[in-house]
Amino acid sequence: MGIKPTVVPNGPEMYTGDGFGLMQMDKVVGLARANSLWPLPFATSCCGIEFMATMAASYDIGRFGAERLSFSPRQADLLMVMGTIAKKMGPILKQVYTQMAEPKWVIAVGACASSGGIFDTYSVLQGIDKVIPVDVYVPGCPPTPEAILDGILKIQELVKNKPLRRRNSPEYAQLMEKYEIE
Amino acid sequence: MVDNNILSDAVSAQFGSNIISIEESYGMLDFIVEKDMIVALLKWLKEHETFEFNFLTTLCGVHFPEKKNHELSVVYHLYSMTNNIRIRIHVFLPITKPEIQTVTHLYPTANWMERETFEFFGIKFIGHPNLKIILNVEDMDYHPLLKQYALVDNTRTDKDDKYFGR
Repeated sequence: MGIKPTVVPNGPEMYTGDGFGLMQMDKVVGLARANSLWPLPFATSCCGIEFMATMAASYDIGRFGAERLSFSPRQADLLMVMGTIAKKMGPILKQVYTQMAEPKWVIAVGACASSGGIFDTYSVLQGIDKVIPVDVYVPGCPPTPEAILDGILKIQELVKNKPLRRRNSPEYAQLMEKYEIE
Repeated sequence: MVDNNILSDAVSAQFGSNIISIEESYGMLDFIVEKDMIVALLKWLKEHETFEFNFLTTLCGVHFPEKKNHELSVVYHLYSMTNNIRIRIHVFLPITKPEIQTVTHLYPTANWMERETFEFFGIKFIGHPNLKIILNVEDMDYHPLLKQYALVDNTRTDKDDKYFGR
């Protein structure tokens, strides 16, 4: 009996033989991570209301493995920033981000979190990417629950395909340095 | 029964020449007074035995860049709960000397409102116990509601003016 390729639906490339299977380690870990994200909702306004609908029965974020919302940054790996972030809140958001353990990802949900939205004014941060790095931007004012789910699916693709120890890469170190995060 | 006529007569009789003008708009009296007598006027209105203006509804600033020597205004809205009557009091200050006496000892609620007015217009309330920024980031170095400052944020990078009606 030789080793033959086996197709796992939506899964990584796999080869099986007699009583064993061969897969790439980081693909398997990526698959596990992507389907068990623990999001931290950082909801400040109407996008947060849309997120509540995304969480609830009709849209059910749990279908994508993000069932368990974490309200502590130390136990979360996906920061979802939903709503207007005032400049005064910028340092707090950054602190929440730095408290999260690696690996971590960030979604900016809605126009305000992405670019300040209509609040083009002295008191509002013009997009959270002024203080922390962002992986996925979800457009809309506010975005529909479908759009938020699409953002989560985009994050899952990143989680599956980025190297496991992306923190060790020089690009990542450079990015952190840009944001003055240690 | 206290009405606007009784009130304006009583205030004019008491403060006379310190009242610059008395107007009535939408049924509400509007006094424009000398800034030096604001504390005396509010104290008198609050402690008057029939008027009893015991509630400072709001206190805010306004900037009129075109009014020479009257660029800044402080507006006080008072409410008398016993008589169910409201009045509005204006004072004007030159932007070169934006200073006025605090009224925190009369109305403790003025504490935060005077801090806000200081923050947005740079008006200094002399005698205020804790005159510092209350709403915005602590290190903000200008007073954003003065009209020489643009409303739009100068850190914006990705917005195209034509989509914002500018």
